Amino acid sequence: MSDTLLQLDNIVRHFDVSPPWLNRVTEGLPKAFVKAVDGVSFEIGRGETFSLVGESGCGKSTVARLVVGLYNPSAGTITFDGMDVSSASARSRNAGAQRRMQMIFQDPYASLNPRWRVSDIVAEPIRHLKLASGKEEIQRRVGEHLTQVGLSPKDGEKYPHEFSGGQRQRISIARALAGQPEFLVCDEPTSALDVSVQAQILNLMKDLQQELGLTYLFISHDLAVVYHVSTKVGVMYLGRLVEWADTEILFTQPRHPYTRMLLDAIPDLEMSGRARTPVAGEVPSPIDPPPGCPFHPRCPLATDRCKSEMPKPVADGGAMVACHAVEEDRLPAWRG
Amino acid sequence: MADPVLEVKNLRVEFPTRRGTLVAVDDISLSIAPGEVLGVVGESGAGKSMTGAAIIGLIEPPGRIAEGQILLNGRRIDNLSYEEMRKIRGQEIGAIFQDPLTSLNPLYKVSEQLIETIQTHSSLTEKQARTRALDLLKEVGIPAAEERLDHYPHQFSGGMRQRVVIALALCAEPKLIIADEPTTALDVSIQAQIISLIKRLCAEHGASVMLVTHDMGVIAETADRVAVMYAGRIAEIGPVQDVIKRAKHPYTEGLMGAIPSIGGRAEKLTQIDGSMPRLTDIPDGCAFHPRCPKVMFKCHTLRPDLMGEGLHDVSCWLHEKVEEGVV
Repeated sequence: MSDTLLQLDNIVRHFDVSPPWLNRVTEGLPKAFVKAVDGVSFEIGRGETFSLVGESGCGKSTVARLVVGLYNPSAGTITFDGMDVSSASARSRNAGAQRRMQMIFQDPYASLNPRWRVSDIVAEPIRHLKLASGKEEIQRRVGEHLTQVGLSPKDGEKYPHEFSGGQRQRISIARALAGQPEFLVCDEPTSALDVSVQAQILNLMKDLQQELGLTYLFISHDLAVVYHVSTKVGVMYLGRLVEWADTEILFTQPRHPYTRMLLDAIPDLEMSGRARTPVAGEVPSPIDPPPGCPFHPRCPLATDRCKSEMPKPVADGGAMVACHAVEEDRLPAWRG
Repeated sequence: MADPVLEVKNLRVEFPTRRGTLVAVDDISLSIAPGEVLGVVGESGAGKSMTGAAIIGLIEPPGRIAEGQILLNGRRIDNLSYEEMRKIRGQEIGAIFQDPLTSLNPLYKVSEQLIETIQTHSSLTEKQARTRALDLLKEVGIPAAEERLDHYPHQFSGGMRQRVVIALALCAEPKLIIADEPTTALDVSIQAQIISLIKRLCAEHGASVMLVTHDMGVIAETADRVAVMYAGRIAEIGPVQDVIKRAKHPYTEGLMGAIPSIGGRAEKLTQIDGSMPRLTDIPDGCAFHPRCPKVMFKCHTLRPDLMGEGLHDVSCWLHEKVEEGVV
């Protein structure tokens, strides 16, 4: 058995946003696609936490949904522990792979059914995956999972509205754990929470990972959170991974100008007064991304080549970077 | 020190409900000097936005200011009539809200909204007001302002919309701006742009700002002083550097430890167990005592007031100065 648990190979997901057929014919409008994910490849090793960061609309949540099968890729393959899970038919053939993954969603107010008792919410994966039978056995397991996430088995009798945001996110985690997964996809699990509660949830997730040997795919827009939880980080921009590396390497020697820009944009608690490159521009539309490197309109290092040719990811000092400036070795030093 | 632009004295905001009176803001006093940026930070439900709303006179009934005074340039504004307050709002106090999509009217062009606001507060003709609107858009850094002026809000991106909202707040050159979570809905790179814009404009216009946010990083970058709020009260207030580096209140300490930071990688974040109490059951004594790692006997029953010499004050019994001759 290999050490790689999940592998994405050149995953593409386009969404058709074309105007209706009649308008296309009468007004001569072309078909239009949102290239939400446009050729993403990475691997996650067993027991690792791989994080995807990027701004809104960069495709990070789409990747999460592709991995658990809420979307099917337009092209490319997803392999989980050596089994193909790239399409609905492959997923049903390899149902064994599918039941080993679970997902935690961003909004704990929307992801729990308000009409179900917490015990039913947590029991749903157990019943569905037939992990246990008999009312008492199921209730016992539900109680265990609630205790595991720091709630009391008695809380199972309550409804979601009786809990605060942080407690609801604990319920989502308990529900995910009830499926006895090896692999958890966490889509912004703490962005709806206050910092002190966020710290509780992040600590809980770390404890569970050590205890149960879980592997995480962690999606977030918060670089500090990502730095705290991950072993590897991938930075996404307009549907592509622009740089991915081990956490320490990415944060101490960021190479891609976009990674550098993101790191520079974080408000500085230390107020060291360091000079920062002013952040320019906004993320362009993924319907009509700029030609060449999608980052070139905002990039301080852009050349003519960047405007016409898409950079390919190359290995550079332990990181994978898709940038012509890195390839041509004309990257300025990072923070002296 | 110059006279403060804004002075809030013992403000208390109450919401009478069938189940009793909820106190959203309890005995808050603060002041903002001319040109100063005061950050107000706290978690959801701390009462920070409610304090801002009380100052601009936008508390939704049945909420009301039960006690205290709000003074703007020495003039009391908390007891003004709706019409009088309407004149002050915009003219003397500008407001920037969290969600730029809901604070702009989607049915009117940006130009119409700007011109209306400018004409409400000045006697400019429509043409002059339009020129002024254009200048404002340029000032807040909207590219191709001439074209963008006649666009509708939905044609702008989130960051650009927030720039328009800032332009609206600046229309009448107010001396005080209340910015309630101005960057919360925005991505980090856009957030950095908006923060530096607010900083620059306030320096240029000499406006004071009350910056309400839950993000300590934004406060550290922008504010001169910061007030940390917890359960409707000020837990700690002082110069930003002091509060961040030498936090006195256990809540502030916990809050700072809970923020993940890049660089010093801790295996675990400091954790404050539990969560902010609901308004319906604020504990007796210090509201933080059930979560406080340094809780003492006194904290269960006695509520601490702000203590200190007015520079870096904290409401916590740990910092009680025992006066000589009293004990």
